[in-house]
Amino acid sequence: MADDDKAAAIKTADSKVVDIAAETAKMDTDKMWIIMGPQHPFSHGLWTLKIQADGEIVTDAEPIVGYLHRGWEKEAENRPYPKIIPMADRLCYAASMTYTHLYCMTVENALGIEVPEKAQYIRVVADEINRLQSHLMWLAAVGTDLGNFTVFLWAMREREYWMDMNVRLCGARMTTNYPRIGGVRNDTPDIFDRDIIRCTERFEKALWDIIGMIDDSSIYVSRMKGTGILTREECANLGITGPALRGTGVDFDLRRDDPYSLYDTLDFDVPVLNAGDSYARYMVRIEEMLQSCKIIKQAMAKIKALGKNAPYRLKVPTNVPAGRHYAKLEDPRGESMMYLVSDGTDKPYRLKVRSPIFVNVSASKELVMGCRIADVPAIMAMIDMCLGETDR
Amino acid sequence: MDTTIREYQDSWEDEIESKLNEKFSGKIEFTGKETRRVYAKVPRDALFGICKFLRDELSFEHCATVIGIDMKDYMQVVYHIDNYTVYKGECIELTVDVPNDDLHVPSVSSIWGGADWNERETWELFGIVFDGHPKLERLLTPDTYEFYPFRKSYKLRGWQ
Repeated sequence: MADDDKAAAIKTADSKVVDIAAETAKMDTDKMWIIMGPQHPFSHGLWTLKIQADGEIVTDAEPIVGYLHRGWEKEAENRPYPKIIPMADRLCYAASMTYTHLYCMTVENALGIEVPEKAQYIRVVADEINRLQSHLMWLAAVGTDLGNFTVFLWAMREREYWMDMNVRLCGARMTTNYPRIGGVRNDTPDIFDRDIIRCTERFEKALWDIIGMIDDSSIYVSRMKGTGILTREECANLGITGPALRGTGVDFDLRRDDPYSLYDTLDFDVPVLNAGDSYARYMVRIEEMLQSCKIIKQAMAKIKALGKNAPYRLKVPTNVPAGRHYAKLEDPRGESMMYLVSDGTDKPYRLKVRSPIFVNVSASKELVMGCRIADVPAIMAMIDMCLGETDR
Repeated sequence: MDTTIREYQDSWEDEIESKLNEKFSGKIEFTGKETRRVYAKVPRDALFGICKFLRDELSFEHCATVIGIDMKDYMQVVYHIDNYTVYKGECIELTVDVPNDDLHVPSVSSIWGGADWNERETWELFGIVFDGHPKLERLLTPDTYEFYPFRKSYKLRGWQ
């Protein structure tokens, strides 16, 4: 779609909002607080969005989180380093591998060890499988939020193939417990390279069915276009990261701009759109899925070239020398970060998790201001909520 | 201010250090440098000015996180600030020491909206007060809590 078309669509949607606002202003109506959540079809987890409505227009909003706060960081201070790995899985069930990877990376930075090349590439593949299945779950959720149940079914069906790849690689579907400090738990199984290439090639075709179903539906597209608009400056200032940030025109991806795990040796594009509305966020995620397929193929080729006998795990000491270290990683939802203060013992002194959704959801007031109540689920769906990492 | 996106250069860390030193000489102490990373220690009273300078002059437009650390004898607040354009991918870490008997730090949420909830979280878990914060209320823990659970003086039951 051409850029001026997009601008025109946004303009029409904008002028509609202004018209309705002007009409409601003529009527003498009271403002009303509506509580959406914690049990609400749009919330995708336990959180509440309080919105103040003037007629149909949202005039104020306040997100309330914390129902799942379990003191993750405090708990981590009381456990030896290897025992935190399965806990890191539970931060986000849809992207468990990225969090475990992040935790291992942080401790490896503190230990000052270089992970074997093969393990790095296996982690890349695992991360991208998680990105794909996380984005597919988001797509399924968007399908039901916007009233298209077929999208939900098809996206969930595609996700199952990636879950199967997870099972092949590490034996579990969701909480994988796979990366280890100094490498990964096991090598890729025998026919994994064949299976994942088949799966990738199949998915690259199948995704277009889902895209076609969404983009051909004018109802679907009109609910996303021109809603939840944020400018580039607002988005950066509010701390929004990930696909939502790239949907506003900020060309920033940690995989390319602050490379980790040999991502700099792989060739991929970072999708960036300038519209800043829900549709741009949707398009960025779709394009990211196709780029993930590209990354998986390249990383698998690199693993194959390294051979069957290449090392994939190092022995590491249990005690971590005193110091402060951190690692950043491009989660499916944005920039996640762990900050470790170690004191020379076998337990962390302090381990802080930066969750992308915790910050993204704090901007929900700015996202839904001025939109209609019916658009709130459509806008908040583009945040891709995950409460496990938000509340920690 | 020039906001064209540039490719990473090794000289960026020195450039940032010299620009900050020029403006805040004596107030900012650099503790380390790595690829795309600058670490610095700043006093409490200079924090707000340095943060404003970072955003307005050096285009550090994203405050990634605010971290509270209980060092037992004193507390610390660590800020991670990222750049998207001029020094793309560069991250500066500012550390502020806070004495136990006066737990006050100026709030930077008026500079970066992204710091808002991070500061609230640090306040409710450590009891560090962020002066000038628009809404310092409990976020993750219940409103009835009268203690700060992430302090080292708060022991985890069943483990110790």
